[in-house]
Amino acid sequence: MSDNLPAGVERRDFDGVDRLATRGEPVYGEPTDGEWRAWDPTRSKLGAMFELGMEGGFDGGDTVLYLGAASGTTVSHVADFAGPTYAVEFAPRPARDLLSAAESRPRLFPLLADARTPETYAHVVESDVDAIVQDVATRGQARVALENRRFLADDGRLLLAVKARSEDVTRDPADVFADVEAELEAAYEILERRRLEEYHTDHLGIVARPR
Amino acid sequence: MSENPDRGWFDDVDPDGLEGAREAIEEGRADAPADWPALAVEAGFAVDEDAYYDRLHEATTMAARETIREREAADDRQLVHAVRAMDDCERTANELAERLAEWAGTVDPDARTGVDYARELASRADVPPEERRLVSLADRVVGLADEAAALRAFVEERTPVVAPNLAALAGPVLAARLISLAGGLESLAKKPSGTVQVLGAEDALFAHLHGRAPSPKHGIIYVHDAVRGTHPENRGSAARALAGKLAIAARVDHYSGELKPELEAELDDRIATIQARTDSGGDTDE
Ligand SMILES: C[S@@+](CC[C@H](N)C(=O)[O-])C[C@H]1O[C@@H](n2cnc3c(N)ncnc32)[C@H](O)[C@@H]1O
Repeated sequence: MSDNLPAGVERRDFDGVDRLATRGEPVYGEPTDGEWRAWDPTRSKLGAMFELGMEGGFDGGDTVLYLGAASGTTVSHVADFAGPTYAVEFAPRPARDLLSAAESRPRLFPLLADARTPETYAHVVESDVDAIVQDVATRGQARVALENRRFLADDGRLLLAVKARSEDVTRDPADVFADVEAELEAAYEILERRRLEEYHTDHLGIVARPR
Repeated sequence: MSENPDRGWFDDVDPDGLEGAREAIEEGRADAPADWPALAVEAGFAVDEDAYYDRLHEATTMAARETIREREAADDRQLVHAVRAMDDCERTANELAERLAEWAGTVDPDARTGVDYARELASRADVPPEERRLVSLADRVVGLADEAAALRAFVEERTPVVAPNLAALAGPVLAARLISLAGGLESLAKKPSGTVQVLGAEDALFAHLHGRAPSPKHGIIYVHDAVRGTHPENRGSAARALAGKLAIAARVDHYSGELKPELEAELDDRIATIQARTDSGGDTDE
């Protein structure tokens, strides 16, 4: 397996199973091995993207803007391997668990904000972040990626999980994905795309860079 | 870079106490991001970027924590309405079941009071025309009883979210009743434990204050096993001990939201001690 994994993400053995892992305090009851915690790709779209060998372009200590942090399952792993990590989530209920994940992670910054209105957090999130990870699962996913382009460094990466059913439950996912990709083209060049089917039904993983 | 038209969240924030940080983070706006860590160092908000990130972490977690607490606290209003509606539905169902039993007694020799009988009556097929109103009333009783059960399930599910420690100690329904009697979690958290002890016994307390009755030993916390399971002689002590822990639990739930399982262990200990008094006391007295 060619390892496109970011520094700080490793494949390790958990009870005889080879799994992705990062180092940090456990967050969602995942198995641990010493300081290492397994990263469950069935609960994390970014985990699935890495599991499938997608290249995120991380090179250590990266600054990350994470959109749709929910209870912190994925963003906690990101904060384990990356540098300053801004976690945007607009629902207060899951954010309570996000807050617990942030307690043991001094470079994870929770922000209760709406990812569709970046002007409400642009006074906090710094410019030129190395990566935007997006998993908002609401209608208008391409729009959110476009709106947040302003934070991304010119050589940065967008790692986007698109959920077809969030856009339109009745349409064929392939058509939804095609539309999302077409909309993204306005500001991004798509480098890689993969269906995450093995781990997440009707989801597409996209890696893109700004134009 | 200092000519950047937008201002960072830290511009008017006191770097040491972080006063105003939550408002700055939540109310601030900027069209474009900037190199905030560098600007903050330049502005003297932090000595270096590491120190800036430390402050940012403190400020963002503090702001998020307070907002979450406020929005969740708003949920205690929902709980108060739900537990009151539940009590109303239960009481009304029982009253109507009695009315129903009285009426049914005129046509059915096996008529009984209670929701179970109403359920039987409501499910009857081939109702003669002259009994239609009776059976329809039975149907309403059942509907109310079912609604009460659904409301109870809602209260049981929501209370542990709104007030986890109080729910663990009192059980979700009693916890919701206490919140309801106090008029909200915040007001409950502000009550001294002596008041918590007699919540729900306002009539008795009123009579006492007017010299017409002894002071009540307990209000609705009477239904808690710690009180009910204690010998009458020591129920006052048990109620006092329970109310003390409940008051602490309400404060923790309102002010920090942290889980404190030790409260339950401490209460169990204390109640065991109080109950042991009667056991050994009984031995020596006789
Ligand atoms: C599929 S969940 C994310 C799971 C998370 N990324 C993980 O893997 O741990 C989607 C989240 O996005 C949040 N969300 C949806 N629309 C949003 C918006 N406009 N702004 C911020 N968060 C949003 C939802 O509240 C939800 O928690």
